[in-house]
Amino acid sequence: MDFYLALLQVIGIHALIGLSAYVVILTGQVSLAQAGFFAIGAYVAGMLTVLAGWHLIPALLAAGLVAGAVAFLVGFPALRVKGLMLVVATTAFGEAVRLFFFNFDYQVAKGGVRVGPLGGEGFKQIRFFPENGYTTLDVLVFIWVVVGVVMALLWWMDRSRAGAVLRAVGEDELAAQAMGIDLTAVKVAAMTAGGVIAGFGGAIYAHYTTHIEHFNFGIVLATFAIAYPILGGLSTAFGTVVAVLFIQGLLIEGLRFLGDWRNLLFGALIVLAMNLRPHGLLDAATTLRLRRLFGRGGAGRDA
Amino acid sequence: MLEVKDLAKHFGGVKAVDGLDLHVRQGEILGLIGPNGSGKSTTVNLVCGVYPATAGTVWLEGQEITPLPMHRRLTAGIARTFQNIRLFGQLTVWQNLWMAQNAPDHVREQGFFARWFGGQARARASAMDYLDFAGLAEKADELASALSFGEQRRLEMARALAAKPRVLLLDEPAAGMSAAEIETLDERIRRLRKGGLTILLIEHHMELVMGIADRIVVLNFGRRIAEGTPAEVQADRAVREAYLGTS
Repeated sequence: MDFYLALLQVIGIHALIGLSAYVVILTGQVSLAQAGFFAIGAYVAGMLTVLAGWHLIPALLAAGLVAGAVAFLVGFPALRVKGLMLVVATTAFGEAVRLFFFNFDYQVAKGGVRVGPLGGEGFKQIRFFPENGYTTLDVLVFIWVVVGVVMALLWWMDRSRAGAVLRAVGEDELAAQAMGIDLTAVKVAAMTAGGVIAGFGGAIYAHYTTHIEHFNFGIVLATFAIAYPILGGLSTAFGTVVAVLFIQGLLIEGLRFLGDWRNLLFGALIVLAMNLRPHGLLDAATTLRLRRLFGRGGAGRDA
Repeated sequence: MLEVKDLAKHFGGVKAVDGLDLHVRQGEILGLIGPNGSGKSTTVNLVCGVYPATAGTVWLEGQEITPLPMHRRLTAGIARTFQNIRLFGQLTVWQNLWMAQNAPDHVREQGFFARWFGGQARARASAMDYLDFAGLAEKADELASALSFGEQRRLEMARALAAKPRVLLLDEPAAGMSAAEIETLDERIRRLRKGGLTILLIEHHMELVMGIADRIVVLNFGRRIAEGTPAEVQADRAVREAYLGTS
């Protein structure tokens, strides 16, 4: 049982970083910076609960704000580059953040023990959950409440003009501008929102694992972050969560019995999925069909 | 209404547009024609702000819009279609029109929060008017990419109109259309003029442009070589030479 609870916790955290990449990739920006925002959220929230003694919820919100603020600043130079060059630039940013935390020491004495981030040693003893008597189940519920709130907001956005504008920019920047859409505002807003969500994810991750180190936030995490929305499809945020379930639940855990062969099959299944569903597991046409099935969107003349 | 003064665009050594003056009068259809590579599309792109002009200015209703970025030119009142169709294929037909609702009128009617995060009822009702005009009302909830070529061309026009422009730039709207489709296009453009819209029409299809344009400007090598009514232009020696070559 605990195994499945732990798996669902991992899935929840990965859903958050996947959703952070989803918002950004809707505007056509493939960003490998999400792991960097996630790391910032993790360290900020950890320091606030451990060093400043905050409750997790305000620490989580602060982590989202700080990561969002950094993402806002990253958004402007990111506008200047596209495609592969954006991938390179955001990767460099993510690595810069990781190396910053590799070198970041800020320890204070608390009850005779020195706590706080200690460079390459990492940041240990982020013990908000155990200290406050949270069980595995409690932590799981906490994670999924946050995922639920983020999903609800994104679902709302997807149905509103904001979501359609992000997609329009992602599809054709020239046409979007010609239709009066301010590219700078839209792309920077998406990057900022992605940063906030990644910050939430990082904040939860730090407290779930209680011990974070710089290499938790490397290129592998950044790659997973963009793999989820790409595999899941860009027509709804649910696609991203479906992709997280598919990759983390089915491919990584479900194929564990295969041992080392797992990685081979893992890659093959991703390639297969992308070939069978080039626009993602839940593409626009499928989503439209599902909406009609449930009597919304298409059918609702006055929706 | 729309004025272009001494406009120039050089791509390296190529002078795509070279000292062009153009004046589209209120409520008229101005046809802009010329052989391939004469600078018609470059002119449209300069008026819309796709790229900055090398020299010259663009004016709309006496206001200079040359320094405005592309998206602000739409809110100033210039909307366009594209020669090679550029729809938002993964959005539905009516959502394509939704994206164009950026004019000050739309912003005032809808209010910031309702506009970005509110319901779709109002935006949709407004979009449906233009879809009716383009004969696409029944397709409102199809994905734009699922439409036929002719329908996509009509959708592009409806999307530009949904921006409530004062000047509409049509960049080869008849390209690739059948004779029957061109006839309904002709009729639609006439209805727009009757509604008071000012139109700059770039077109290769001579029958269409000679039939509906009030005045015609002929370009060659980025310069204006003739201007006048369709009859005057057709009789012009320089125009014949540009199209048929010097004898």
